[in-house]
Amino acid sequence: MKPREIAALLRMEVLLDLRQKHAWGGMLLYVVSAVYVCFLAVKGGLGTATWNALFWIILLFAAFNALARSFQREDTGRQLYLYTLADPRSVVLARTLYNAATMTVLSLLSLLFFALFVGSEAMEQADLPQFLGAVVLGGIGFATVLTLISAIAARAGNGLGLMAILGFPIVLPMLIAVMRASKLALDGVAFSVNGKYFLGLALLDLITVLLAWMLFPYLWRD
Amino acid sequence: MKHWWWKILAVVLVLAASITALKVPLKPALVHVSPDRIAPGPVTLEITGYNTAFKDGERVFLMNDGQYVCPSGVEVVNDHFLRARFEVPAGLKANLTDVYAGRVHMNGALFTEGLGKGIVAPQGCGPGPKFIDLFDFAFPNRNILYETIRNLNFHVPMWFTMMVLFGISVVASIRALGSNDLRHDMAADLSARTGLVFCTLGLITGSIWARATWGAWWTNDVKLNGAAVSALIYLAYLVLRGSVPEPGKRARLAAIYNVFAFVLLILFIWILPRLNAVDSLHPGNGGNPAFSNYDLDSTLRVVFYPAVLGWIGIGVWMYTLRLRLARLQHHLDDANHP
Repeated sequence: MKPREIAALLRMEVLLDLRQKHAWGGMLLYVVSAVYVCFLAVKGGLGTATWNALFWIILLFAAFNALARSFQREDTGRQLYLYTLADPRSVVLARTLYNAATMTVLSLLSLLFFALFVGSEAMEQADLPQFLGAVVLGGIGFATVLTLISAIAARAGNGLGLMAILGFPIVLPMLIAVMRASKLALDGVAFSVNGKYFLGLALLDLITVLLAWMLFPYLWRD
Repeated sequence: MKHWWWKILAVVLVLAASITALKVPLKPALVHVSPDRIAPGPVTLEITGYNTAFKDGERVFLMNDGQYVCPSGVEVVNDHFLRARFEVPAGLKANLTDVYAGRVHMNGALFTEGLGKGIVAPQGCGPGPKFIDLFDFAFPNRNILYETIRNLNFHVPMWFTMMVLFGISVVASIRALGSNDLRHDMAADLSARTGLVFCTLGLITGSIWARATWGAWWTNDVKLNGAAVSALIYLAYLVLRGSVPEPGKRARLAAIYNVFAFVLLILFIWILPRLNAVDSLHPGNGGNPAFSNYDLDSTLRVVFYPAVLGWIGIGVWMYTLRLRLARLQHHLDDANHP
């Protein structure tokens, strides 16, 4: 653990993304398009369960789209340069943190667009802090799982296609738990009942980060 | 004989368990009583049994809260069907009445009307002397399950074998990461492939069983989700292997994915049933009684454990055979292209 190295790497990520504004634009456009397709397809009047399912499907695919580029933007030369400068574990932690932050913002923005277009009737009875908590925790969960998957897919030299195949079965458990948690939050169930889902999700996130931290150095060897 | 005794044992166990699992009869039981309600007055009950041997003079009676009602006449039609006439008295205590016919009975078979404080002068009938048959080895006869209960000895061992093979695969992957030795990578690959064979068999046997008992080929159930995730993970593992041409890199990427996915799969199988405990049709999950509750005299267990051991042996044998074949192929390729 080298906090200063991680901070420096995080700063690099932010700077790179600020320089490539089209990347963020692309992610947002993807979400808005997906939401608009849903809006055209269903035209409001959804039940809570369907509303919740649609939202998570959109967020899932947005996450795949956003995180696929996480390790893709480095060509071999720059990767090699980075290896000589930093500990691989710092790199994966910094990137996981950055992806988690990205997904937090992206999931809240997705929710905003989704509520705007598809309607927010489903959120009327919701326990709002709990629901937002589920959305953010779900986004962070996707980010932690898909960071390592994105690295594997990028190393295999096959982009989004392979990432979807590798990532989907691993994200599925998280998706089931987070969909359940957010559905219960939308129904206004008390945190004392719903809390175990949050605990389970947090535990999954933690173990995922730990696994990525342990496995990533092997991925870097070449 | 030194190191292949376990292969013989596995074959013998699987054959013995499979034949026993198919041949052992179900315990006799009453499966249907019609009508399903009685009121004071005369009634003729049609009683259908399964694997029963009704004979003339069969001991038929009703029991309501410990009080017996005797028939006024019994007509045995065949081994598993009889009609019994009753003069139901007024004033039975409990609103469910049990039906007894010979050695079998059905609890709560009849909804009872005209309740009171009990009938006067219980009549002279009731259970006969306890009959114990030492050679009475039979599987439990359960509602809904009936003959499909035998599938326990085929369906469940497939999952045990699959998990053992995936476990071998992960251990080999960890060793491949530690040593950079391609032989471990080959072991991880082939055990995962063999595990997928058992995964497929488990899905097929389970799907047929689900159709027969629950009425659908696939249901939303924690165990089925776990099975789907494991199948998808190892199919993705094979896709990943297929998309990296260079052996060393392939070994490393595949091993990383294998370890990552397997740990998350175990967590999933372990955590999720604890999160939504209401969501399963499987025995022992979602508040359903475990299979051990059906198996009060352990007749299933006697067949089930040998079946599990035998199938694990067969699975591991399959994997070692494939591994030896792949190694020979590898040597052959090396010899041909030095």
